[in-house]
Amino acid sequence: MAKLDVELTVNGEKYNLKVGSQERLLDTIRKQLKLTGTKEGCSVGECGACTVILDDKAVNSCMVLTAQVDGSQIITVEGLESKGGLHPLQKAFIEKQAIQCGFCTPGMLMSALALIKENPQPSKEEIKTALEGNLCRCTGYQQIIEAVEAAAEEWGV
Amino acid sequence: MTFKHVNKGIKRVDAYEKVTGKAKFGADMEFADMLFAKVLRSEYSHAEIKKIDVSEAKKMPGVKGVYTAFDIPNNLFGVIVQDQQVLAKDKVVLAGDGIVMAAAESEKEAAAALEKVKVKYEELDGIYDVMEARKEGSLKIHEDKEDNQVIHHPLRKGDVEKGFAEAYLILEREYTTQLIEHSYLEPEAVIVVPNDQNHLVSVYGSIQNPYAARSAVAAVLGVELADVRVIQNHIGGSFGGKDEVISAMAARAAVMALDLDRPVKMVNTREESFTESYKRHPYNLKYKIGATEDGKLTAMEIEAAADSGGYACQTPFVTWRSVVQATGPYELDNVKTDTYGYYTNNPYTGAMRGYGSPQVIFAQESLMDELAEELDMSPVELRKKNMYSQDSVTASGQKLDGHTVSLAEVMEKAMKEINYEEKYKEYSKEQFGDKKRGIGLSISFRGCSLGAEAIDAAASLIQINKDGSAAVYSGLAENGQGLKTIFTQITAEVLGIRIEDIDYMEVDTTFTPDSGSTVASRATLIGGNAVKNAAEKLRKRIINFAADKFDFSADNLALKDGFLYDESGNRLALFSDLTQEMGNTGILLSAYGWYKGPEISWDEEKGCGNPYFTYVYGCQIAEVEVDTGTGELTILEMAAAHDVGRAINPANVKGQIYGGVMMGLGYGIMEELEVEKGMIKTKNFHDYLIPTIKDMPEIKPIIVENPDPDGPFGAKSIGEPTLELGSAAIANAVAHASGRRIRSLPLNLERVLIGRSLHKGGK
Repeated sequence: MAKLDVELTVNGEKYNLKVGSQERLLDTIRKQLKLTGTKEGCSVGECGACTVILDDKAVNSCMVLTAQVDGSQIITVEGLESKGGLHPLQKAFIEKQAIQCGFCTPGMLMSALALIKENPQPSKEEIKTALEGNLCRCTGYQQIIEAVEAAAEEWGV
Repeated sequence: MTFKHVNKGIKRVDAYEKVTGKAKFGADMEFADMLFAKVLRSEYSHAEIKKIDVSEAKKMPGVKGVYTAFDIPNNLFGVIVQDQQVLAKDKVVLAGDGIVMAAAESEKEAAAALEKVKVKYEELDGIYDVMEARKEGSLKIHEDKEDNQVIHHPLRKGDVEKGFAEAYLILEREYTTQLIEHSYLEPEAVIVVPNDQNHLVSVYGSIQNPYAARSAVAAVLGVELADVRVIQNHIGGSFGGKDEVISAMAARAAVMALDLDRPVKMVNTREESFTESYKRHPYNLKYKIGATEDGKLTAMEIEAAADSGGYACQTPFVTWRSVVQATGPYELDNVKTDTYGYYTNNPYTGAMRGYGSPQVIFAQESLMDELAEELDMSPVELRKKNMYSQDSVTASGQKLDGHTVSLAEVMEKAMKEINYEEKYKEYSKEQFGDKKRGIGLSISFRGCSLGAEAIDAAASLIQINKDGSAAVYSGLAENGQGLKTIFTQITAEVLGIRIEDIDYMEVDTTFTPDSGSTVASRATLIGGNAVKNAAEKLRKRIINFAADKFDFSADNLALKDGFLYDESGNRLALFSDLTQEMGNTGILLSAYGWYKGPEISWDEEKGCGNPYFTYVYGCQIAEVEVDTGTGELTILEMAAAHDVGRAINPANVKGQIYGGVMMGLGYGIMEELEVEKGMIKTKNFHDYLIPTIKDMPEIKPIIVENPDPDGPFGAKSIGEPTLELGSAAIANAVAHASGRRIRSLPLNLERVLIGRSLHKGGK
């Protein structure tokens, strides 16, 4: 089957890629771009481990075909840290002990990022709604909520 | 006692890697020339395999090898009973059994090849009910066994007949618990590299217990332990779950990698993970309890039957923990307990956070509330009258005198935090409307570490570099629980150096000493002592060197903050200058640490002895709202008080409490794996629901600290106690709110509304 030409901007860098028509964005990110911070947990859009930012929205990258998002801007967990250091969300996750095994962490960070970009001062309920699609089996979520609140306080406008 | 690094909520040492995506998990690993493999699993839960035809599969594009049980050198393995098949040979005994495996240039090609495999089965009648399995003359699942019984643990104390004769009231109740999935977020992954760095095989992946995996791979291949190297990666949750299932996976990949002389990677999809992995044991529990009119317990008789599924796995040990905890933390002169495990054709069951305790606690703590109601006493009053205090003697005859028995303290603190007394009084009054509130509690004592299951020892290795930085190796494995951070804190505390100067190394079975499995909430207690032991040896060596050098008495020198101090607090030298000099003088700056737990005893025939050398105590309280019109159950608030001895890292302990409470909530009100004739129906998170962030109640964690004489800096355990109490507390709260006593888990919509499951014959 002929491959399709796709242009993606991932973490600020432009890529011209050839993808199959059925290739999932998750596979493009993990296998082609070797950005393995984005995780695969269920492959059916239920666990949120594969969450990335697609044009400002948090999406499950296992449910998106790469060919559909030609020309898009994507942010993955690898795009959070900059030359200036860790992103406020990353710092807050560390500070608030919001991490245990760390497998859900990249997806959680991405959902939280999309939330705070859209709603810089979210309430606890709004945080819960934004993170509802991200399962975590270790933390019981409490310290994740605290981290998002702390990050919003430091970074939100 | 004041500490510099211990007893502080310092940041996790693995946090940076985990928030940046740099942490490599099993599925993230790549090796040159790597192949991918997939497994074909059974279409039946009990069947004879008549014929396997792989000829078409072998011809498929990209395929390098197709294998059956006949290609496996030793096809049976198991930590306790060697009855688990790497691939099913003549017979499948459960739906997760693999039959054929294929390695190919891509995952897709491996999967496509397996679709061409033709297996001819002859379906057999199966046993899917543990009570059927135990009947005399019932169909045998393993023909070489006498019957379906995996294990029977008896416990006898006093004379129950006499005890019941003395009782004013006798209650008999039956409870059941369900099959649940660990639901670690990371599906299982392994990569086996053949002929790697002087090893026959190197195994990488999401491995909870690297030494157990090494033993299994070596046994299956028929080679020495030294031929197999297991290197642990970051592991995306385990909760007891990534043990035998990973061993089987690693053994399969090893067979293929050796045959093809190329690395082989295997990553389960979520559906494969649900299908193949072992689960938590469902229990059928019969309780009989007697009490005097004023609420003093006179006797307890318990019969518990656990469903082991097709393999024994860890059933003998899981059920043994149930024996010790079955009566709960209550003084009783007369006890008769019989705990059994049986083979069925259901998914097999093994270790899961809590081991055999959540099941018996659900039953026994529900029973205490039922008894209190019958006696017209409050649940708290009945418990206070009977629960263990200092020097109490347990059902197995152990006197609790070596540590602080803090049941009264944990209970009082939890009650205060959630305002129990006031809410209990309020909700005990008549409530109008459909929505009714209630509050319920449960308490437990839990033996720390392995107890009489196995030898309880662990090792560590600390290497100090000339520049004063250090590397810590332990044979116990980070599963996400925070062990690297805890062990780093202990090292920093003893050596008086900074957390940043310590590197914590991943488990590598070739370099780190065998320390048994990272299970039973034993890592901080046993492993922490081993790390402390190594650090203390090194500190002594450094202090002695400094005492000679500065002509001081060693007793008057201290290491702190990266410096050597005298008794008046004067800085004498930099830690790094001392290590530099010692290194240059040829003094060894590495030390092994070792710790073996204190003596314990167990008489398996009579069920008596001192099964654990110390215990932890906990109390959880749930406040709920029940909509009696719809069956909707909302958990409003939970308080969880746990005595941890000493919290090495309080922020981490809180994380364990939050996580354990939520997992206990899932077990209590929503999770249940649907199985029909042994076939799993719910295979992903759209139909097997685990708690989301929206299911969270307000959780109040309470850390109670009574330092234990045998714990490192007094620390004990926290991982498992946090989830064993929730389901009983919730069931008691629901009964308090609605008047409906539910004796089967989970307390889902239908049970709360109509008192039983909607399934045919459902409990």
